Amino acid sequence: MRIEEHPIVGFQRGKSLQFKFNGQPLNGYEGETIAAALHAAGIKVLSHSHEKHRPRGFYCAIGNCSSCLMVVNGEPNVRICVEMLQEGMEISTQIGKGDILR
Amino acid sequence: MKYTDVLIIGGGPAGLCAAISAAEAGCKVLLVDRNRSLGGQLVKQTHMFFGSEKQYASVRGIDISKILLNQIHDKENIEILNDTTILGIYEDGVITAESSGIYMKIKVKSTIVATGASEKTLAFPNNDLPGVYGAGAVQTLMNEHGIKPGKNVLMVGAGNIGLIVSYQLLQAGVKVAAIIDAAPNIGGYLVHASKVRRSGVPIYTRHTVKQAYGKDELKGATIHKLDENWNPIEGTEMDLDIDVMCIAVGLSPLCELLWQAGCEMKYMNELGGYVPLRNERMETSIPGIFVAGDVGGVEEASSAMVEGYLAGINAAQSIGHTVCNIEEKKKDLHDQLHALRSGPVGTKIREGITQLQTVLEAAASSSL
Repeated sequence: MRIEEHPIVGFQRGKSLQFKFNGQPLNGYEGETIAAALHAAGIKVLSHSHEKHRPRGFYCAIGNCSSCLMVVNGEPNVRICVEMLQEGMEISTQIGKGDILR
Repeated sequence: MKYTDVLIIGGGPAGLCAAISAAEAGCKVLLVDRNRSLGGQLVKQTHMFFGSEKQYASVRGIDISKILLNQIHDKENIEILNDTTILGIYEDGVITAESSGIYMKIKVKSTIVATGASEKTLAFPNNDLPGVYGAGAVQTLMNEHGIKPGKNVLMVGAGNIGLIVSYQLLQAGVKVAAIIDAAPNIGGYLVHASKVRRSGVPIYTRHTVKQAYGKDELKGATIHKLDENWNPIEGTEMDLDIDVMCIAVGLSPLCELLWQAGCEMKYMNELGGYVPLRNERMETSIPGIFVAGDVGGVEEASSAMVEGYLAGINAAQSIGHTVCNIEEKKKDLHDQLHALRSGPVGTKIREGITQLQTVLEAAASSSL
């Protein structure tokens, strides 16, 4: 749900970008974070707690709370609330704690 | 190894002002921020600021950030490192950092920590459901990215952040079901409270969240009333059909680097949590490490800016730099802080700072 009219801020969106969320093609804009693009697409569940696998979403938006860690282009534990969206990004839900050694 | 006179950690209101005043005193300044762009949380503050002209009263936060950044870019002795996270502060004046994937070392003469604060959470069943967001996070989503957080919001906390974000939600075309606060009174400025009330949003004081519900996403919440002893009153439950809950119950200082550096810390409820002991020069118990803004006690952006100027001047002076009329300038900054903290809204801050002073004086007299 994007804001189209606002009394104070005029949102100038960058160019349209294509990315994938768990294989599903989606659109976002240059200059926004991955979390912003996913939220605009209606995706709220970003990760799961390790022990009870409870769904987790956006929380702090400043890269501090670890609630939004996802796999981006194969790299686990990316804080998507501060990572900018780029053309062709492959974003997926992380299973487990993530291992960069593979 | 990179060399600088003054390293400033954090490019929000406090860090930007610290950089300006240290640079004006002739220091070589390195301003580091872990984000891509500077300005900290000013960039999402679409409301006009309070305070006096010196702290840009009546100017919107987003515009204050532009004014400060222009001053920064005009100064040749300020270098900016964005996308850079400080990892550790060491005794020999070496500070380590990760900059866009590269590990680096910085040798400094003096450091100003201006890392800000992060939002607190609140304990209730299902508080981890997607849809339960920090109020500041919702502000980022709306005011920076132009995205609505949802359709109908419950705001938890009637302090200034809760009130202002509620008003901004209405501006973005999002419904606010209610604002609740467990305290008996509204904590924020009454002008803000009146504004949201006039728009038809009820404010329930002495109310808190009983539980949130939903399977994968927030579908609703039950709130209930509290008695004088903060215990829930049975039969006062109210069900709200909401898809977003904003938590605006305060912030706590982001002081991990100060702990790591070994600064003496003290728990101060009035200031949001653990804060560093520091003298009137904004210097912590470790010589050469200064603080400014919310990391030293959660307050407002206006006072963070003044503390930034003060820390910048003092850090510069501690390594042999000065400016014209330095003592007058410092006195003026202290007077500005005093004015910002006067009145009933500043009571908590004044109490916290007075207690910190008492601890410092006790420490000083015992070391004699």
